[in-house]
Amino acid sequence: MAIKVHGYAMSTCTARVLLCLSEKGLEYEVVPVDVANGAHKQQPYLSLNPFGQIPAFEDGDVKIFESRAISKYLARKYKDTGIDLLGSSSLTVSTIVDTWMEVESHQFNSPMQAIIRQMIVNPIFGIATDEKIIETELEKLGKVLDVYEERLSKCKYLGGDFYSLADLHHIPYLVYFMRTPKSSVITSRPHVSAWWNDISSRPATVKVAETMKV
Amino acid sequence: MVVKVYGPAYASPKRVLVCLIEKEVEFETVPVDLLKGEHKDPEYLKLQPFGTVPVTQDGDYTLYESRAIMRYYAEKYKSQGTDLLGKTVEERGLVENWLEVEAQSYNPPMFTLTVQIMLSSKLGLPRDENLIKESEEKLGKVLDIYEERLSKSKYLAGNFFSLADLSHLPFTQYLVDHMGKEYMIKSRKHVSAWWDDISSRPSWQKVLQLYAAPFKN
Repeated sequence: MAIKVHGYAMSTCTARVLLCLSEKGLEYEVVPVDVANGAHKQQPYLSLNPFGQIPAFEDGDVKIFESRAISKYLARKYKDTGIDLLGSSSLTVSTIVDTWMEVESHQFNSPMQAIIRQMIVNPIFGIATDEKIIETELEKLGKVLDVYEERLSKCKYLGGDFYSLADLHHIPYLVYFMRTPKSSVITSRPHVSAWWNDISSRPATVKVAETMKV
Repeated sequence: MVVKVYGPAYASPKRVLVCLIEKEVEFETVPVDLLKGEHKDPEYLKLQPFGTVPVTQDGDYTLYESRAIMRYYAEKYKSQGTDLLGKTVEERGLVENWLEVEAQSYNPPMFTLTVQIMLSSKLGLPRDENLIKESEEKLGKVLDIYEERLSKSKYLAGNFFSLADLSHLPFTQYLVDHMGKEYMIKSRKHVSAWWDDISSRPSWQKVLQLYAAPFKN
């Protein structure tokens, strides 16, 4: 198979790529990486992703890493397959999608990653949960979500009136976050909550979320 | 109507400035004083609700997030100036790959070092030496991977200069000029050659001439 994703279902960054592939209806193969035995920090994996991080990606001869770069590559290369996830019809429209992908990357990701680490990852490794970190990061996340609430009161999706990578990039962490007792941070904001209900019930989201088991 | 770029004194807006010069696009700048908290003024927040710089205004079209702005102008003016995006979908994929590396792996420790070394005294806060040491170590590991990459490829995305390289200019200039950490670049042969190449581009030299670093030690 030409498209290969090196990773595993539980990994949020792998899920980001799988969501894109599912939305586009593209065929692909998941090549499992033996993370438990450190395969991602050795060759041959390092020649696919020299940072030793998950996932890595191949499409024939094309080799790319970084989940957000992979999803954009897929959205561009396979623009005419399945739905248009970038708003490619117009540069001004696709740039708004790009802006909210940057917002996810630089405003949303950091507090969310810290919270998921404390609440979901640490317990797996028997590391104590730091409530103070959770509190601080929830406050940061809350301020970011206030801006999202305002944005989503004016348009149905983050990039405009159509579902795009700007929304999709948020899904992996939100799948885990909504399973925690802190999910009210989302449900208490009516427009953010409606947006989450919408994007989480998409068939591609349901399909990939089912495989994200801790 | 000429593009307005807010906050030219700071690093992130400089990504936009150097991109516009490479693409031969005229612009004006609007100062924003972060130390005075102008980025948290209600008027500014109407333009950029997250309260960060830069913002650009192009007639009615307002944008924020420096990397989104760069991509927009690189795409809009594809047929003039330097090609910064690659010629094929595959080359673009590699540009995006290394732009993500810059955003996710290079920038965070670099940003921490900037705040700790260049800003903390201005903010009346003590330097956190442990955090500085940790950030330098993280950045060092990233630079080791760059060293390997740049031993095989002249620029990060391939044999062409692109947004992926350009995005590194502002904060790396702080590292070598204002943090006393030039050795991190100079001690790595291929990273050093790459840095000399990209930082000596006339576009970057022009930005440095026009807009000095706001927080010097």
